[in-house]
Amino acid sequence: MIAPVVQALASHWRRHEVQLATLLIGIALATALWSAVQAINAEARASYARADAQLSVGQFDELHAPGGFIPLELYVKLRRAGWQVVAVLEGPFRVDDRTLRVIGVDLLSYPALPAISEARTGPEPLGLTEILTAPGRIFARPDLAPLLANHPELPPLIETTAVPPDLILTDIGVAEKLLSKRGQISRLVILPDQPAGLPPLADLAPELERVRPSEAVDTAQLANSFHLNLSAFGLLAFAVGLFIVHGTVGLAMAQRRGMFRTLRALGVPLALLIRMVLCELTAIALVGGFLGLVLGYFLAGALLPDVAATLRGLYGAPMEGHVVLRPLWVGAGLAMAVGGTLLASGQSMWRLSKLPLLDAPGLQAWRTGMTSPLRTAKYGGALIATGTATLMLGDGLAAGFVMLAGLLVGAALLLPALLALFLTGFERRANGPVAQWVWADMRAQLPGLSLALMALLLALATNIGVGTMVSSFRLTFIGWLDQRLTSELYLTARDDQQGAEIAEWLRPRSDAVLPIRRVELRHETGPLFLYGIVDDPTYRQNWPLIASAPDVWDRVAAGEAVLINEQLARRANLWTGDRLTIAPDWSLEIAGVYSDYGNPTGQALVAMQQFDLHVPGAPNRRFGIRTDPAKATELAQALRDRFDLPPQAVIHQAAIKAQSLEIFENTFVVTSALNILTLGISGFAILTSLLTLWTQRLPQVAPVWALGLTRAQLARLELLRSVLLAALTACLALPLGLILAWILLAIINVEAFGWRLPMHLFPFDWVVLLALTLLAAAVAAAIPALRLNRLPPSDLLRVFANER
Amino acid sequence: MSVRFLPLFLFLPFSVLAQGFAGLGTDAEGYETPRPGYEFQFPADHGAHPAFRIEWWYVTATLTGDDGESYGIQWTLFRSALKPFERQGWQNPQLWIGHAAVTTAEHHRFAERIARGGIGQAGVIATPFSAWIDDWEMAGPDMETLSLSARGADFSYEMNLKAQGPLVFHGDRGFSVKSADGQASYYYSQPAYAVTGSLRLPEGDVQVTGQAWMDREWSSQPLSKDQTGWDWFSLNFDSGARLMAFRLRGARGDFTSATWIAPDGTTRSIPDGLVETAPLETARVAGREIPVRWRLKLPAENLDIEVSALNPDAWMETSFPYWEGPVTVAGTHQGRGYLEMTGYE
Repeated sequence: MIAPVVQALASHWRRHEVQLATLLIGIALATALWSAVQAINAEARASYARADAQLSVGQFDELHAPGGFIPLELYVKLRRAGWQVVAVLEGPFRVDDRTLRVIGVDLLSYPALPAISEARTGPEPLGLTEILTAPGRIFARPDLAPLLANHPELPPLIETTAVPPDLILTDIGVAEKLLSKRGQISRLVILPDQPAGLPPLADLAPELERVRPSEAVDTAQLANSFHLNLSAFGLLAFAVGLFIVHGTVGLAMAQRRGMFRTLRALGVPLALLIRMVLCELTAIALVGGFLGLVLGYFLAGALLPDVAATLRGLYGAPMEGHVVLRPLWVGAGLAMAVGGTLLASGQSMWRLSKLPLLDAPGLQAWRTGMTSPLRTAKYGGALIATGTATLMLGDGLAAGFVMLAGLLVGAALLLPALLALFLTGFERRANGPVAQWVWADMRAQLPGLSLALMALLLALATNIGVGTMVSSFRLTFIGWLDQRLTSELYLTARDDQQGAEIAEWLRPRSDAVLPIRRVELRHETGPLFLYGIVDDPTYRQNWPLIASAPDVWDRVAAGEAVLINEQLARRANLWTGDRLTIAPDWSLEIAGVYSDYGNPTGQALVAMQQFDLHVPGAPNRRFGIRTDPAKATELAQALRDRFDLPPQAVIHQAAIKAQSLEIFENTFVVTSALNILTLGISGFAILTSLLTLWTQRLPQVAPVWALGLTRAQLARLELLRSVLLAALTACLALPLGLILAWILLAIINVEAFGWRLPMHLFPFDWVVLLALTLLAAAVAAAIPALRLNRLPPSDLLRVFANER
Repeated sequence: MSVRFLPLFLFLPFSVLAQGFAGLGTDAEGYETPRPGYEFQFPADHGAHPAFRIEWWYVTATLTGDDGESYGIQWTLFRSALKPFERQGWQNPQLWIGHAAVTTAEHHRFAERIARGGIGQAGVIATPFSAWIDDWEMAGPDMETLSLSARGADFSYEMNLKAQGPLVFHGDRGFSVKSADGQASYYYSQPAYAVTGSLRLPEGDVQVTGQAWMDREWSSQPLSKDQTGWDWFSLNFDSGARLMAFRLRGARGDFTSATWIAPDGTTRSIPDGLVETAPLETARVAGREIPVRWRLKLPAENLDIEVSALNPDAWMETSFPYWEGPVTVAGTHQGRGYLEMTGYE
């Protein structure tokens, strides 16, 4: 019995190739976006894990100095007390316009590192002499070779893929030269198997803090919020894709009602029929899912470089730029495809199981299964309420996303009721039979179109919301850059001594020389960079404070107070008037909080005298130089000539701004790409819905045609209907999008990045979006309208001839 | 005890060989080489000689505990120069390796430390004498009176050493030849320390007394290319006499050398071929057959003895693995001592 059923079921798809293609495309698109995001996330996580493994990070406890660095003498003291600790020195290292990270470990004592073992046992084994004694060796990925080759002053490079991207691994003896941190240690790794009976660390070095591996701030954790963001987008795209599946499956089921009835009448048991249809859908889902995976793989490959750039720029998280097929996301993608397809077909399947055997059900019978708009709206309201409640009760990024999901899905469910309300209103005001018919007909079509319109609503709202967020961010960011980068030139000297010489030389030749000195400290919320600043009008006039006490600058200059960045303020919940503990014996009142976009870590500013007092010996190599902008280029060249500085040691403000903006743009490339794709899919969903409705259209259109409207008029009305519904949906999407933008700016961003942004509105963007939407709706309606226009009158007449 | 520098070259093949060092005793890289007729200057020569490639301060002691048990301890500091000079900071080319062990009939416990010079983590200074790596230390006002300490994951010890006789110079007044090809080292010993001290072991603390032997040796030349390993003995006889003897095993035949030390400290250097050594019994240790009972004959001194390991499992599983442990002596002479063996695969 099975073979004929299979044949019968398959015959439908043979006759409806476009429908099959639509279904496959729907599944493929949904799966593609979802798996692309998953592939990117999997790649990033694998990169972090690999980087940790390549550096043997995260296995052992560590010692950190809240005061910044650990002096070499303290390391020797611990060693001479018997503690088996390994010194690590790390820091950012600028090569031309790139910032790399140098990690120098005591290679003699550090646990075996893959890169070193590889070099020591390779075909041309490298000796300890080469690695440990001057000039030493540096280990980095081959892609850095061209960059480093321009710098003969660096030790010879050993190319290896066993180190994370953008990182230079080397012996600590080389690192302290590269980083100009002689005698300094960033952290000490406590090796396992310590000798018995050692004196406690708390007695030997009370100033050091023991950090368990899980507490160490890891990049993966920081970047988690970014991945959650991506996942949310992937899920949204997937949901929109499912609307297409839902529409197409619904159409196929409707068209096969007769066949199902015949099969049942011929003796096929209902259970078997349902099983067969389930098998059919699963098979289609697998094919579509596979296509989606292929598509997703390439999509991920295309998006990955930008994601990698973002992660590096924003979080300093290492990531490589190529996608590998991983069983995890391949499996998850296929499962999502099958699960999603079955979910989207659930309604149709349920109705199939309730199909009366003998009753000859018309269109209305098929439709009675649908829930009323009012009931859907109630669910929608409940969802929004749940989301809001979650945000009020809960905390964090997850709660933010629950709220977001509740709002979006809830609003989508509210849409049919709202549209019906509008249409009823228009119908009441309508004059003349045709107008009345148009409104009434639109309302009648609403249940069939509502899913597609929901998809459109979601896509539009997301577009408006995310667009508003990105544009607001951009505007704020540019303004902030202008405030923050006030010095005309930024200079990096070779060492402290040269720094002092340059500062002296510049004093009569510039308006002001502002030292930029910092040390890395630890706060309970993570790394804390402490900066020392001199009292200068530049800061007083421009520094972007978002909260401040009276006389903020006077108090900071007097050494009575500290300024902290927004990230630290939010993370530690410290605001103006609270006290910040900078070191165990040093705390200051917070006089202000400043915005600090694009920086994942906490920051604090204190007066230079205080800085010198508490963290003496911090490098003094970087300066901001205030001068007449017209003379900046001249001064930069004079500096380079006078002190024999490489070009990248003196940078113009504009160059830094351009670089910062580039990082910013990269951050949102992925977001906008997903945005556009989502909108495209929703347009496609409208098309499939209209095609679905098309089969049910004739019985409704035929009487109107018989009453005297021409096919051309009817076709125009078809177009108008689609465009009008899309326009109405777009109008409803606008407030939803703005609420979404607000949630993104005020809740998600704060949780994910640690900053809150002011919201700006961009009405011109909305107009463009509306035009695009109307165009999409018109294009989607064009095919059915064209068909109607060309429909032979005999087909319309046939409606009256027999019961369909 | 010059033979002991072979392990250091085993440890460093990547550096030495990578530089094209073919195992021959050249000083092409700027290292000094030992020469006959060298006049030792003390206390300066108790300190480090960074211009030479390798050097060590090597103490072994045979001890008896207040529980009546036999114990052996080892305390060794190797210096291995990647380049023949000193400098301040991490890029100092002098590497230091410490080995310590406590051996009983049942247990052999050992530990290793590796550090570089130039930062204070390890080093040797002559006056007041101090040799250290991490918290391991051998120090005293001079070489006559020393305190010795080391600590591993499962043992620690503290000893006081008091010299009972003069320094002993091996070979030709401290110029000790190691092969027929002429490789040599500077080599002297203090074979007669009286020891008191305490061991801290998982079984409990033990007070010990006994005798210790210190070897001082430095050189720049490795052994001959054909030499694959050695057996080295330092023995204290009940008569008060002592013997240092080694056999270097080579493809071209063995090379032996010994120093007979009379109870009054006077020495007689015994040239190649006069000491006879023969393994009597092997044990399976760390996956290889190691001789743990030896017959040793020195006809010139009417010596014919059997030397047996206190613990056959005295395997040092360190960066360069070898066998080192206390032995007992029976036959024409009775006594105790230490045995070191390398190159058994």
